Amino acid sequence: MPNTKSPTLEPSQIELDRRAFRHSRKQRSTLVAFISTIAFAVIAYLSLTSAPGWDRVQQSFFNYETAVEALPHVLDGLLLNLRVLFFSAIGVLVFGLALALLRTLRSPIFTPIRLFVRGYVDLFRGLPLIIVLYLVGFGIPGLRLEFLGRIPAEVLGTVALILTYSAYVAEVFRAGIEAVHPSQRLAARSLGLTYSQTMRLVVLPQAFRKVAPPLMNDFVSLQKDVGLISVLGAVDAVRGAQIEVAHFANFTPYVVAGLLFVLLAIPTVRLADYITNRLAKREQAGALL
Amino acid sequence: MILNVKGLEKSFDDKAVLKGIDLEVYRGQIVALIGSSGSGKSTLLRTINLLEEISDGQIFLNDEDISDPRVDQDEIRRQVGLVFQAYNLFAHLSILENITLALRHVKGLNQADAKAKALALLDRIGLADKADSYPDKLSGGQQQRTAIMRAVALEPTLLLLDEVTSALDPELVGEVLELIKDLKAGGTSILMATHELSFARDVADWVVFLDGGVIIEEGPAKEFFSNPQQPRTIEFLQRLRRRAGDQ
Repeated sequence: MPNTKSPTLEPSQIELDRRAFRHSRKQRSTLVAFISTIAFAVIAYLSLTSAPGWDRVQQSFFNYETAVEALPHVLDGLLLNLRVLFFSAIGVLVFGLALALLRTLRSPIFTPIRLFVRGYVDLFRGLPLIIVLYLVGFGIPGLRLEFLGRIPAEVLGTVALILTYSAYVAEVFRAGIEAVHPSQRLAARSLGLTYSQTMRLVVLPQAFRKVAPPLMNDFVSLQKDVGLISVLGAVDAVRGAQIEVAHFANFTPYVVAGLLFVLLAIPTVRLADYITNRLAKREQAGALL
Repeated sequence: MILNVKGLEKSFDDKAVLKGIDLEVYRGQIVALIGSSGSGKSTLLRTINLLEEISDGQIFLNDEDISDPRVDQDEIRRQVGLVFQAYNLFAHLSILENITLALRHVKGLNQADAKAKALALLDRIGLADKADSYPDKLSGGQQQRTAIMRAVALEPTLLLLDEVTSALDPELVGEVLELIKDLKAGGTSILMATHELSFARDVADWVVFLDGGVIIEEGPAKEFFSNPQQPRTIEFLQRLRRRAGDQ
């Protein structure tokens, strides 16, 4: 080899100085962050506990005994939320993707379908979820369709969640499909792949990657909105907590249910961050900012 | 005769891009399309691949009128390969999968056969050891050679090359031109838009000079370059050569 300099050679004095400077600055900023966090926590704690009504609030919202007693019932309810979440998430993915795909069809035959999808998305993005829940939850049973029998509240709640969230997710998918560069379609079509093969084999796999972060965000929202099915009377974590609140005449079960939802959300939120970061890194490898 | 274009016209809205093109490509020939940017070269190639609807005229592939809207367009595109200036490799697939995709889903080969065929093609361009790499990990020349092989894998009746070396660093142009020479030796019929005049002179059988959507002059490669007739051809060749001389 003409180059005798080994890459593992000792760094120069200049580089050593730079590293020492970076190191000291990093230590200083860690210290500052630590002190400011402690200071902030102390101030927050003191101002909360010094409030005139703090003792009563602590008693009725953060009561340990009530929390322990209520936890099993709230957990029972959370299992129902998880089931609803599971079926809603699948339903939303399938229905949302179908809506997005229908909207990309270009043939004039599909004009009514495209218009329908657009109207659907406008409608359900605008409607508050709680109203959809009431309309579906009380409207469908009100139709008295005998062959449907008595539909459990959680099923109606799942339907309402799917209707609403599909509208959001359809828009996310559509954005992802449009973000795939047209040259990719051109290449696929030039090879003789049909329109649907191009969609399935080239466009959608790339679109999925692009929309993974916003999709995860919608999933996090869905995770907490499954708690709203309680308004239909389904005994989920929120409704379970409500029953316990009435029983103990104490609000702590709500806090318990709230904490459980947060615990449920944290892994998904972290996963979403991880996926977003990984995609960002892939797209701008090497950049400092 | 593989390709016969008769009186082809193409307008975008009110803007006429091709104004009556007559063109023939015979089996095993390389026909080079030259002309400045905007002369209609790319549009011509795209219409032949049926990626653009034509405004008038006819296109015959092996005596079949492929400009008839009743033909199966996907079937025609199977027979006509197109390679793009910007490679357009599928970003989510390895270079092996880039080649096997159409082999499996268009030609109907099973996975093992498709893979064997793709590996053989990658081996031909010295990229078999990179089969599992993704396009963004490859140099422009490697990507473009893969893109050419992706089209060649389907054994097209006619291969269209749209300025396949224009996006490449100068030192990578040679490897792609070598591959095109190889393909010609193997009997592939090629219609290529190009700015590589010396390549066109040495390898092409026929050269067509396109300007403003019309064919200004055409002829056998050697003759075309050694003895151009039309003033616009002479001016174009001088301009390109001056620029090449500058480099």
